Formats: sequence, structure tokens, C-alpha cells
Amino acid sequence: MSKVLVILETAGGKLRSSSLPGITCGQQIAAKAGAELHLLVLGADTSAAAEVASAGYNAAAVHTLTNAALEPFTAEAWADAIVHATRSIGATIIGGTASSTLRSALPRAAAVLDAPVASEVVAIKSGDTFTRPVSSGRALVDVKLSGAVIGFTARGTEFEAPATGGSPAVNALPDGAFDTRGAKVISLEKTESARPALSEARVVVSGGRGMREGANFKILEQLTDLLGGALGASRAATDAGMVPADLQVGQTGKIVAPELYIAVAISGAIQHLAGMKGSKTIVAINKDEEAPIFQVADYGLVAKWEDAVPRLIELIQSSAS
Amino acid sequence: MKILVTVKRIPDPDESLKFAGGGLDTSSSKWVPNAFDEYAVETALRLAEVAGKRDRLAEVIVMSICPAKQRQHVTQFLAMGADRGVVVDADDSELDTIAVSKAIAAVAKSEGVDLTIVGKLSQDNEGNQVAQRVAGLLNVPQAGFAATVKWDKNAGTLDVGREVDDGVEHKLVPLPAVVSVDLRVVLPTSIKNGVTADSHKYQEGPRLASLRGITMAKRKKVKVLKLSDIGVSSAGSEQVVAVAPPPARPSGQIVGSVEELHEKLAKEAKVL
Ligand SMILES: Cc1cc2nc3c(=O)[nH]c(=O)nc-3n(C[C@H](O)[C@H](O)[C@H](O)COP(=O)(O)OP(=O)(O)OC[C@H]3O[C@@H](n4cnc5c(N)ncnc54)[C@H](O)[C@@H]3O)c2cc1C
Ligand SMILES: Nc1ncnc2c1ncn2[C@@H]1O[C@H](COP(=O)(O)O)[C@@H](O)[C@H]1O
Repeated sequence: MSKVLVILETAGGKLRSSSLPGITCGQQIAAKAGAELHLLVLGADTSAAAEVASAGYNAAAVHTLTNAALEPFTAEAWADAIVHATRSIGATIIGGTASSTLRSALPRAAAVLDAPVASEVVAIKSGDTFTRPVSSGRALVDVKLSGAVIGFTARGTEFEAPATGGSPAVNALPDGAFDTRGAKVISLEKTESARPALSEARVVVSGGRGMREGANFKILEQLTDLLGGALGASRAATDAGMVPADLQVGQTGKIVAPELYIAVAISGAIQHLAGMKGSKTIVAINKDEEAPIFQVADYGLVAKWEDAVPRLIELIQSSAS
Repeated sequence: MKILVTVKRIPDPDESLKFAGGGLDTSSSKWVPNAFDEYAVETALRLAEVAGKRDRLAEVIVMSICPAKQRQHVTQFLAMGADRGVVVDADDSELDTIAVSKAIAAVAKSEGVDLTIVGKLSQDNEGNQVAQRVAGLLNVPQAGFAATVKWDKNAGTLDVGREVDDGVEHKLVPLPAVVSVDLRVVLPTSIKNGVTADSHKYQEGPRLASLRGITMAKRKKVKVLKLSDIGVSSAGSEQVVAVAPPPARPSGQIVGSVEELHEKLAKEAKVL
């Protein structure tokens, strides 16, 4: 029976929630391909495998590769490990969530395995044919992959939480040679925030160039926190340094699909739309009635943010009390 | 030091897509350089040049896999300041990500380059794979999604600020290496080559070709190769079986006031 191998990311002995869509996608591929699902936990500490095995995810096995060279993450050592695991398990389909980690390591491993990869998969047509967006999400392509091994990365917003169940065994794979090729991670400056992660928030409030300067984002933060959401931004706002780069929503930033997306002073360039068009309800506040953002908005308000946002905050506060 | 920069031509992303016969019709498209590759060339030029002087710290070679006759984008990058070009003559139908990556790795090897700079993403295909694959094929270190690059010539290393999901990672890679560049690599102080003053501010964005550059470009060498010359067999691992526009969003409404917006969000959309 063929085997689908999903690569998981963990932190502090726990599965990262961002890995869940990759498991769901793997389950769907396994179902369509008539294949077994296998899961891989890799790192210096793979204790999260126990938690993964207890949730089961209808997997045949949870494999671990425990090696100090796998932490901190480098694409070089991780790709070595992915190649090693794929060969040891005999997996024919490999992948996981399209995080910056897997987007770095999986294509590198795939090159060594001579395997094609479908990036940012949003739907499964069959065991080897996957749907993915191209050209800023303006077209959906069904691509059929052929090779002894094929790969995928799953777009996080497009797959619900995976089904749990079964009682897979935890299996320690034989160790291998994993090497960073002389590369060293010097630092990781994380953007600390008490807010939910952009890709997981129920509400996202984003600001664009029309906010003019970083200090003006305070009012958007107030609205964000009132709604328990995450703060986002356009490229123009992140490039200008108004907010950190990792808040960028769009083709080259985060892909989000919250219940409610509020775009403030954002024009709605296709690259921005590519990152938020999947949101359930879209609100646009822009002073220019011609702004393209209004074409995707469920509710558009032609107004200056200076007038509209404080009033919206007031109304939400007063209806809550 | 030799820097290889990969450049791709794409249908103009500002034109609307034409769907025809279960595919995309690009027969009347205007072809333009992929934006990330413009950023890649700008990165290479900032590393190679000493601002305000004629000296060069590196040779910049641009390479594209494209029909040999359709290489205006390569000429454009030569006009921007790259030193010479390599074109691997192939039709798009012969290419997939595996073939493109192998062709780039083969040229990087035969040219003996120290650094390969690749765009993070092609705006049409959106694979975000080529740089990582080339690094894997060459078995050299990689630094993807670069927002900043600092070159230490004595140590032979690059310090690359990488934009990752939860912040910015600094990765030190020894050369030879492969770097893929993200949007913010073209901000005024993103690139430092150790000779141009660290405080130097470049103009934001990729530079435009000067008139002199355009004249010079015609005299610059472009080597044309075939896939078979570099031992790459053509595609076959990816087959497009259908292309369709995404489902349209139901049309929305313009509300007249903040009060109306609040009311509708609370009662109609029920999201507050
Ligand atoms: C390769 C590439 C990749 C890209 N990737 C992304 C991406 O991932 N994400 C992204 O966002 N962009 C991306 N872009 C950039 C994109 O093309 C746009 O340039 C960008 O989204 C514009 O940001 P903006 O809407 O904030 O600014 P603008 O387009 O300048 O719009 C500002 C808006 O604010 C409005 N405004 C001004 N003042 C006020 C006020 N007081 N009150 C209310 N409204 C006001 C204006 O009417 C205007 O509509 C990419 C571009 C390229 C070339
Ligand atoms: N045909 C090509 N010729 C030269 N470079 C290419 C070609 N296709 C892709 N690339 C490079 O690979 C990068 C990423 O492409 P992709 O992985 O398809 O998103 C692009 O930004 C280019 O630098």
C-alpha cells in the first residue's frame, strides 16, 4: 500500500496548531489514493510524538527523527531528514502545511528525490491531482504530478481541523546524517504579540498606506483588541515600516480567511486580495469610492478612517455594554 | 566573485487573465519580467558595485530559460547593469519546476558561480520552489525569503535576514550559496557589501535602465544554450488538467454611514 507522509512542526513538546491543515490535507490525499497516512515529528526533542499518537489522526504510524542537528530549524538539515525519512518509510507522497519552514525545506528535499511538488494546495482531486491557485489567486489550476515520489504543501486556510482517531504506534526511525552545510542561525527576532496569530484569528483588521504613519495604527489596534482579532497590513504599510513585516497580508505575506476582515485605507491591489479574498465577511473603509477593494467587500464605507474608525469603536463599545 | 541571477518572463500581471479551452490563453499577453527577479538583479548589483565608483566587486550574470527569440527581459536586465547573459532556449511547454531547477543548477555549476540569487516567487506560477531546489541540487546552503543581505568578504559569508512566519531570522551562510529574495530586499538600506558605506541609501525599488545602459546592453554577451547541451531532459512531472477562475464572491453593498455599517455587521452578517 502506498504511503502519505506528513511532516509536522512542534514547539516545546507540543504539536504546532499550524501543522493541523497539513494533516487534514494528508488524510484527504490518503483517502483518495487508497494510501496509509504516516506522520513525522523531527527535531532535537520529539516528545510531541506522544501527544500526536494519542490524537491518532487515523495514521498508521507516528515516526520520530531525533537529532540535535535539526534544531534550530535549517532547511539544509531538515531536507536531509525528510529525504532520509521518505526513503526509510518508503513514502510516495510527502508534504505538510505551507509554513515558511516547509516551504524552505520541502522543495530542497524534493529536488534530491527528483519529486515534483504542488505548492499551496487548496483542494484534492485525486491521489495525484491537486488544485492550487496561481497568478495572485485569479485562477485555480488542477495539476497532476508524476514521479516515484510526489509532494504537496497545503494552504492553511483551506483545510478544517483533522479528524482524530486510531492508535498509531510511535516509531523511532534509524538516525541519519543531517547537516547544515555550514549555515548557522544567528537569531530569530519574533514579533511578540498577545493577539491571536494572523492565520488563525476570527477577525483581522488591516491598515494600508492611507494610515500614513505607524502611530496611527493605534486606533486599528484598539478596534482589533475590541474584536479579539489580529492586526494585519498591506505591503505599502509594512514596507514603510508602520508595522512589522510579518503582518503583511497578501500573495507574498500571510494568507488569511477570518470570519471578518476589515480593510482600512487599503486600495485592494490584486496581490493584497490574493491574501484575504477567502474571508467570510469583508468590510472596506476607504475615502476613495473607486478603490478596487470595494469590488470584493461585502460592506463598503466611503469615508476617512479618521472619522469612521473611532465612531465604529464607540458603537461596538456601547452595544457591548 | 561571480553572481548568477535567474530571471523569468511572465504575462503582465496587471492584465486580466483570459480563460480559453480549459486553460489560460496568453497568446496576446504582454510579457514582462517577474517582479521578484527585478529585485534579485537589484540585489546582485548592490552587492557588486561600489556606490559612486566604477569598481566592481563581482560579475553579475543573468540567466533565463525561455524561447531564445523572446528574451527582451534579459536585454532589459543587461541594460539595468548586469554584465552578461545566459539563455537556455526552451519553450514553456518543455518546462516544469524540476527542469527549470536542473537547468539553473547546471549553469551555476558550469559557470562556477559563488552566489545564485533567485526570486522568491514567480508571479504567474507561484511555486516558491526554484531557489530551494537549486540549493539542494548543488548541495550548498540556502537562505530564502531574504529581506536583507550583508556580505562579509573576508569570511566569505552572507548574513541574510529572512522573513519567516513569526518574525525575522538571521542566517549566516558560507559561499557558495543560493539566496531567494523577498519584497523588502529593495528598501534603501537592505543590502550591505562591506565596501559601500553601510549608511548608504539606495533609491527604493529596482533601478531603471539608463540611456547609456540601454546602448551598452546591445554589446553585452548573451550565451545561448539548449537544454540538451546542459544535460537536462524536458518536463513531464507536472500536467495541468484543468484551469478555472475561482468562484466569484457575491456582490456587496455600499453603506451610507458608520451606524449602518455597525447595524449590518451585528444583525445581517452577525459577526460582531
Ligand atoms: C511582486 C509583488 C508582490 C506584492 N505582494 C503584496 C502583498 O503580499 N500584500 C500587499 O498588500 N501588497 C502586495 N504588493 C503591493 C500591491 O501591489 C500594492 O502596491 C499594495 O497592496 C498597496 O498598498 P495600499 O493599498 O496600502 O496602498 P495604496 O494602493 O496607496 O492605497 C492606499 C489607500 O488608502 C486610501 N486612503 C488614503 N487616505 C485615507 C484616509 N484618510 N481614510 C481612508 N482611506 C484613505 C486611498 O484612497 C487608497 O485607496 C505586491 C506587489 C508586487 C509587485
Ligand atoms: N524559466 C525560468 N527562467 C529563469 N528563472 C526562472 C524560471 N522559472 C523560474 N525561475 C526563477 O525561480 C524563481 C521562483 O519561481 P517559482 O518557484 O516558479 O515560484 C523565479 O523568481 C525565477 O527567479
